[in-house]
Amino acid sequence: MIHTEGLTKVFGTGDQAITAVDRLTLDVAEGEVFGFLGPNGAGKTTTVRMLTALIGPTAGVARINGLVVGKDDAAIRQQVGLLTETPGMYDRLSAEKNLTLYARLYGVSDVAGQVRKYLTLLGLWERRQDEAGSFSKGMRQKLALARALLHEPRLLFLDEPTSGLDPEAAKLVRDFIAELKADGRTIFMCTHNLDEADRLCDRVAIFKTRLITVDAPANIRQRLYGRRVVVHLGQAAGDLAAGVVALPFVKAAEAVDNKLVVTLDHPEADNPALVRWLVEQGAAIQFVGELRHSLEDVYLRLIDEQQ
Amino acid sequence: MNISRIQTIVDKEWAEVFKNKLVLFTVGFLPLILTLLPLGILYFTSRTTPSGGDLADLPPSFKAVCGDIEPAECLQVYLLNQFLLLFMMMPLIIPVSIAAYSIVGEKTTRSLEPLLATPISTLELLTAKGLAAAIPAIVASWGGFAIFLVGVPLVGGSLTVLRQVLAPTWLLAVLVIGPLMAVMAVIFAIMVSSRVSDPRVAEQTSAVIIVPLLAVLFAQLAGVIVLNVSFMLIAILVLAAVDVALVYLGARLFQREVILTRWK
Repeated sequence: MIHTEGLTKVFGTGDQAITAVDRLTLDVAEGEVFGFLGPNGAGKTTTVRMLTALIGPTAGVARINGLVVGKDDAAIRQQVGLLTETPGMYDRLSAEKNLTLYARLYGVSDVAGQVRKYLTLLGLWERRQDEAGSFSKGMRQKLALARALLHEPRLLFLDEPTSGLDPEAAKLVRDFIAELKADGRTIFMCTHNLDEADRLCDRVAIFKTRLITVDAPANIRQRLYGRRVVVHLGQAAGDLAAGVVALPFVKAAEAVDNKLVVTLDHPEADNPALVRWLVEQGAAIQFVGELRHSLEDVYLRLIDEQQ
Repeated sequence: MNISRIQTIVDKEWAEVFKNKLVLFTVGFLPLILTLLPLGILYFTSRTTPSGGDLADLPPSFKAVCGDIEPAECLQVYLLNQFLLLFMMMPLIIPVSIAAYSIVGEKTTRSLEPLLATPISTLELLTAKGLAAAIPAIVASWGGFAIFLVGVPLVGGSLTVLRQVLAPTWLLAVLVIGPLMAVMAVIFAIMVSSRVSDPRVAEQTSAVIIVPLLAVLFAQLAGVIVLNVSFMLIAILVLAAVDVALVYLGARLFQREVILTRWK
């Protein structure tokens, strides 16, 4: 669905030149929800603008559904939906008129039907005659999401979809994105909300001008930290740590008070043997769980390493 | 060029911009005032100027234009000719106010990016913005002129005066120079609007474009120039050249990347 190779964007020339995106190479498959994560000023919005054919690359290639950015721009814009960082609605026009305008620009055949469909789906139908300027931030974001979907694009770019929304509105938007995912649409999402990315995205890219890593969140975690199991014991764990680390399937182990933190490659397969061994040693096991690093830990570590 | 998309943007512009009272005033009342003013002058001069008299007080070059018209009527024509510039001014003032709001409005609401993300081409967008500002200006100017034509005989203007107002000088000014000026004003206002973020600043800065016309007005009042067919034809050529140059500059300025990355 999306393919980039050495995609680069430089603003300005000579001493004033600033590289916003540096040799970005990635692929996003059809039906995938792809998270594009990075700090402010990392070049995420510039990347989205290039991929939606709003601006051209300085170097490299970007293909959307086989269409080449810089060559097939109008066709690309017809095929993708974009939720911009700020909703950018026409405040003096009603919600219905805002959407009607965009449906006509996209050449939608059943303008009234599509407008009604998405206003209803996003719970705005009753407020359709109200000026967009009178809407709350959450409602404006939902209206902008409806605008991005009017022409039924199979590929959606969402730039900070829940930024600045209250928890209730953010959940509504998140749930809607999950519905779009279930509908098989491909979603390329920029977000600072790492928990949201962890829950929604099949894969994430961590990016700061250059691509730092790209994979499924679980794989990145495993690569960075391995998989760790924490065993809560009824006694101090210090004496058991040395024995545990000697087990052939254990990669590392450490005792913290009455807890044993054990690094394993395949906890599902190795946990029973670990527990059995501990019981044989007379350990009073209270409970066992997986110690998960948040995507935030992963993100901060990778960004820090890059700096 | 997709006409449907241009029509969509023009509809949107009008729906949005005419909700602004200042713009409504500029488009609705200004032409009315500028039309009623010369009619009022004509009404009073037709009642206070006795027939006969001589042309000694009029600029010499104007006497040649009057030809064998009766001096009292020539005075009326002379006075009305000063107001011809008002009809040329309307297409300059009105679109500046609309274009300033339409472009700066897009910037303040940050609605340009989603708009540019649609399949609309930059040329279609520019054309639509330009038409949305120029059409009301031209319609208002022509409407004002139509009211003026109907009003001339009603307020006491003679058939000779009406004939002068329907002469090529006036028709070229209103029907040809007016639209050319509207195009110039629109592109200039859009270029200014792209550099500022407040509609009032955009409007005030764009108003600079009226200065050359004011120079013409004062030159005419001083008797340095006379607005005749030759002057109008030269003005048409100059304005057409300026419009072409501005369209070229506008097309260079209005690239998506420039709009998105520099219009802040």
